[in-house]
Amino acid sequence: MWAFIHKLGSPKWFYAISARLSPWFWAAAVLLILAGGAWGLAFAPADYQQGNSFRIIYVHVPAAFLAQSVFVAMAAAGFVFMVWKIKLADMAAAVMAPLGAGMTFVALFSGAVWGVPTWGTWWQWDARLTSMLILLFLYVGVIALRGAFASRDSAARAASVLAMVGVINIPIIKYSVEWWYTLHQPATFSVTSRPAMPMEMWLPLLIMVLGFYCFFIAVTLMRTRSEILRRESSKRWVRELIGEGR
Amino acid sequence: MAFDSVSAFLAMGGHAPYVWAAYGATAALLVGVGWHARVERRRVLRDLERRARRERRQAAPAGASTDEGHAR
Amino acid sequence: MARAEPRRNAADMAPIGEPDGGIMVAVRATLRRDLVLLLRGRGEVLNPLVFFALVITLFPIGISPDPELLATIAPGLLWVAALLAALLSLDGLFRGDYEDGSLEQLLLAPQPLPALALAKVAVHWLLTGLPLALMAPVLGIMLSLPAGSYLVLALSLALGSASLSLIGAIGAALTVGLSRGGVLLSLLVLPLYIPVLIFGAGAVQAAIQGAGVSAHLAILGALLAVALIFAPWAIAASLRISING
Repeated sequence: MWAFIHKLGSPKWFYAISARLSPWFWAAAVLLILAGGAWGLAFAPADYQQGNSFRIIYVHVPAAFLAQSVFVAMAAAGFVFMVWKIKLADMAAAVMAPLGAGMTFVALFSGAVWGVPTWGTWWQWDARLTSMLILLFLYVGVIALRGAFASRDSAARAASVLAMVGVINIPIIKYSVEWWYTLHQPATFSVTSRPAMPMEMWLPLLIMVLGFYCFFIAVTLMRTRSEILRRESSKRWVRELIGEGR
Repeated sequence: MAFDSVSAFLAMGGHAPYVWAAYGATAALLVGVGWHARVERRRVLRDLERRARRERRQAAPAGASTDEGHAR
Repeated sequence: MARAEPRRNAADMAPIGEPDGGIMVAVRATLRRDLVLLLRGRGEVLNPLVFFALVITLFPIGISPDPELLATIAPGLLWVAALLAALLSLDGLFRGDYEDGSLEQLLLAPQPLPALALAKVAVHWLLTGLPLALMAPVLGIMLSLPAGSYLVLALSLALGSASLSLIGAIGAALTVGLSRGGVLLSLLVLPLYIPVLIFGAGAVQAAIQGAGVSAHLAILGALLAVALIFAPWAIAASLRISING
């Protein structure tokens, strides 16, 4: 059993297996996102109240889901790294952070842009956007902390600790911000929570969410593989790989 | 189709700047991140290959004929 | 390295006591040492208070001296300014010990590091958070804070600043070994402060409106409890990372 866990953490094994998995995730990502995007943009019905700006949901919600999931994944990877000392986990955590931050930014941007025709303002301090903004700061903190250490191992452990502290705080922050918002605003219409969406509306959303997750996995696999090559460049299996041309 | 024509589709019922800005930003992120990952991988491989070549050259025995004589 | 006043001398090196001294011995020793050191360098204790007052002064100047306007924003202003003042003082929490080697001694102590870290944070709160909480009502007067909320202001700040010290200490421990750690510390810690801010300022606002504050204070207490459970371990882990880096 432990042999299996150790194999799981072996960069060489991961490199080989991800080579086979990666193309599938890329293909799935491209297909799902293109299909979902086209469906949402051109075929799904417009919203009764918001009209066509409602279509922004098909990019905003997947980005928001990913923004949170990637942070959790990053914290989980950090946990695995700290507890079992599996360096591969840290490599994955390191490459996940910028993607998560990008997703958070897109969620914020699309959410803000969505607010213009809906509320008439470019920015709205509602619970959802405010929580997203705080999440973006958390991401920036982890990325900055990792970059501030000279020793890679210290950077890895520090980033892991911060990611774990952050992930514990995320539900606390969400709850606090929601509470704060309901206190200061009457319960206004929330752009994404609505009475049961008809299938023609949530099916493309589901496809987009799946597509985004596949994209996240595909990118993480690819970037982790590059990171493996970088960090393990002195190992024999890497040299052999380079020698025979990829 | 939810739209009657291509121009209606592009106009998005007056919400065009918002919808296209949001989708544009998303596309920029997805394409940008994906492309960066590919470029990064290629760069890492290229750097490793270069290093391997350099090490092979350095490891060449000193007395061998050096008609190549690459300056390092 | 030259200091203006010779605050620390050989006698101040971490006196962690014999290996068979229990946890409480070490904790008490740490408490006493930190208290003495901080009180000796009185500037460190007064600076956050002066900063607090200065920031509060900036707002009427920058916004408007209109008492009615100030009264509406006073709870938030007081809380944010106190929060920032506490944040400012965090950088020095471990730095002095890091620079003279006492921190390494602390790590080598046989007693559990989380307990010792908790002792240091307790001193920090006693000499930073608590004074800020006690000073806040005075500044509240200057901001025309409505009556009936002054006690809640002090209470919420006293309770909340304990959490702020605990959470902030994690950031301080992570960045103590870095050369430009100060700004990074703020960046790491401020997002984590937001729940405390929400319920702290919320308590004061509830008091102004005559609504019940017990819910807010209870949540502040709950946040403190969570911080007390998790923070000491995170601080200890972070200190080890910074020292071994």
